[in-house]
Amino acid sequence: MTVKAAAATALYDIPGPRARRRHRLFGVLATVVLLALLGWIIHLLFATGQFTYTKWMPFEYKGIQELLLRGLGNTLKAFAIAAVLSLALGGLLAVGRLSEHAPVRWLSTLVVEFFRAMPLLVMIFFIFVALKVQPLPALVAGLTLYNGSVLAEVFRSGINSVERGQKEAAYALGMRKTQVMSYVLVPQAVRAILPAIISQLVVALKDTSLGFLITYEEFLHAGKLIASNLDYDLPFIPVVMVISPIYIGMCMLLSWVAQWVSRWERRSPKTEAVDVETAGAGTLLPGGVPPTAPGP
Amino acid sequence: MNVLTDNISVFAEGFLGTVELTVYSSLLALALGFVMASFRVAPVRSLRVFGTAWVTVLRNTPLTLLFFAVLLGLPRFGLVLPFMVFAVLALGCYTSAFVCEALRSGINTVPTGQGEAARSLGMSFGQTLSHVVLPQAFRTVIPPIGSILIALAKNSAIAGAFSVTELLGTYRTLSELGYNIVWTFLWIAVGYLVVTGAISAVFNVLERRWGFAR
Amino acid sequence: MIRTRRVWAAVALLMALAAAACGKEGSPPTKGPATDRLPHYQVARGFRLPESPTWNRAKKRGYFVVGAKEDQPYLGERDPATGTFSGFDIEIARMMSASLGLAPETIRFRTIASANRETALQNGQIDYYVGTYTINALRKKLVGFAGPYFMAGQDLLVRQDERGIDGPQDLGGKRVCSVAGSTPYQRMKKDYPKVVLVAYDTYSVCVDNLLTYQVAAVTTDDAILIGFAAKAPDELRVVGRPFSEEPYGIGVPRKDNALRFALDDALEARMKDGDWKKAFEATLGLSGVPAPAPPAIDRYPAT
Repeated sequence: MTVKAAAATALYDIPGPRARRRHRLFGVLATVVLLALLGWIIHLLFATGQFTYTKWMPFEYKGIQELLLRGLGNTLKAFAIAAVLSLALGGLLAVGRLSEHAPVRWLSTLVVEFFRAMPLLVMIFFIFVALKVQPLPALVAGLTLYNGSVLAEVFRSGINSVERGQKEAAYALGMRKTQVMSYVLVPQAVRAILPAIISQLVVALKDTSLGFLITYEEFLHAGKLIASNLDYDLPFIPVVMVISPIYIGMCMLLSWVAQWVSRWERRSPKTEAVDVETAGAGTLLPGGVPPTAPGP
Repeated sequence: MNVLTDNISVFAEGFLGTVELTVYSSLLALALGFVMASFRVAPVRSLRVFGTAWVTVLRNTPLTLLFFAVLLGLPRFGLVLPFMVFAVLALGCYTSAFVCEALRSGINTVPTGQGEAARSLGMSFGQTLSHVVLPQAFRTVIPPIGSILIALAKNSAIAGAFSVTELLGTYRTLSELGYNIVWTFLWIAVGYLVVTGAISAVFNVLERRWGFAR
Repeated sequence: MIRTRRVWAAVALLMALAAAACGKEGSPPTKGPATDRLPHYQVARGFRLPESPTWNRAKKRGYFVVGAKEDQPYLGERDPATGTFSGFDIEIARMMSASLGLAPETIRFRTIASANRETALQNGQIDYYVGTYTINALRKKLVGFAGPYFMAGQDLLVRQDERGIDGPQDLGGKRVCSVAGSTPYQRMKKDYPKVVLVAYDTYSVCVDNLLTYQVAAVTTDDAILIGFAAKAPDELRVVGRPFSEEPYGIGVPRKDNALRFALDDALEARMKDGDWKKAFEATLGLSGVPAPAPPAIDRYPAT
């Protein structure tokens, strides 16, 4: 991940003594500038009274803490349901896309391409406003449709990335298509794409915050309730300072799990015939080619 | 059907807002992403730390939370700007983290030998960068950047929910006027498909001319 | 080695969470005068309304489910710490429940977004809705309205020391705040084009901007403005006369005419025996505004 300063790269050569002195000078300069920036931001926070007692006082109260914890619980609930359903839908659509019957294949391709091209928020608003569904089912439905389609592409690319020899050998042994898939291709493919699946679930977790916009009482909504209350002097910044680390922490935890799984699978001999994907958040390109870098 | 014809001005205003948001945020994201990528591959340790922190934090923050913090929180610091500016700032910074990662992996695909050969021929850092490394890196990053910008166009819908003039926000005005919701959303969806389709077409052309995967 | 470090980090996190779970009871102190002398409403004993399916459902349940707003001070607001609702609209809802035979303490309030009020009434999610719900002909096609129980109008909220603004005609070139896309915002844009309009998504942000001298006035229905003025009576006041008419009604399901007429009767009775005035004085009246005369009830015929 980080470039070791002692090795040559395409851009930088191994530094000699003058280069090392120059790098140290730049390092000190950069550190000073960054610390000054940080100091200025902290000064601004104090100057606009963000650390006054009135603004932080609401957090001492049990009722407020329970409100926040309930919001967090609702976020995790929506995430769990959407994750399970989108895995199921992804599997179904992937099977459809790999089918030998052309109409099934075309229908699945149409569904997948449509839901990947649509903005997620438009879909959620449509289900909530036009179809008049309650907030939680609307949020879960939108997340499932979008993430299910993306996961379908991930599954498909995973199955296609297993070495051709495996499939040919299985067919040569007389196995039928279902047997080939379930005994040979899917076990190897799943091990390889597990990091990409987990990364896509991180995207789903981040997108549960869209529930805030359709009045689903999740974590951000609970935060907004506290933050737009005149009684507490409108504590926006304190609320953001409390909520952000929790959100970022949850997503980082999940991303770290994906990276750990990726490293584990790379070492396993069961993935010799297939390439283990990197743990990057996956929005596959139209056309199904996995990007070389994570997508938003 | 008459939803579109009766309210062309409303839709046009929203569509223009979406296009503006997408274009400005893309420019900011590409510029900022380039700067952050250069920080991440720099031999100076504190710059590397800053770049890594920037990317890790922004990639793990929900965009809604970022909009919330920027649009509703920054004015508390006395910085009062039009909503569009805040939205461009938030969307641009968020996407820059992904652009940075794409550029960095693009640079890493250039073999070390290229750089060593360029340096042994006596090329300066600037020459190595502009004549050897970047042209090769550029070709591999086209598809990922394309998909990142398409995702940016789709994410701009979130700005509409924070009172920025934008395509998704038009549904509120139109439903108050009493039009059929389903048709309204159909036209909004078409609007977004036009924007993402245009970006996709542009990048397809670029890819055909210059791209190749390593 | 790494595993031990991670375990310690997890333990530290859990301990922090456990410590956080021990918090103070009750709610944080609020600004503005406290609503302590809330009137007590006599529950009508033996009240029956078998022709109303909504009433029958509520009677079987034992309580009404009422939709309300949660972010309008002294009108319809919810305490984030305890979840209790309070305000003038809430008092009207409790008054109505008492008149219809169910104790006001049993009411379950639900927050419904403005855009979903009609849907919530149509699919039975709530029994009736009391929350700055303006009666207009378009909405009458979807829901029924009992009342009006309050005649509001668009007005302006300014700082106490503001001398130059007496009405919308004095706003030329000044910055005025409202909620994006709302009817007051659109009316101001259409009728007073010289005004510099600023939009946010909640009124509390607008009022905060007013208090910090970012805008010169906030405009919306005067009932909402009076509530905000009551939060800081020494710093804010409502000026001028309302320049529009917004009759607030109680939303009921459209087909349930029996419920609508019963609510109309109940409103008339409460207006006559002084409970309406007492409710106003205990909530919106804390801003210093005297209780206006209650509006005339509109009993439009059953559809």
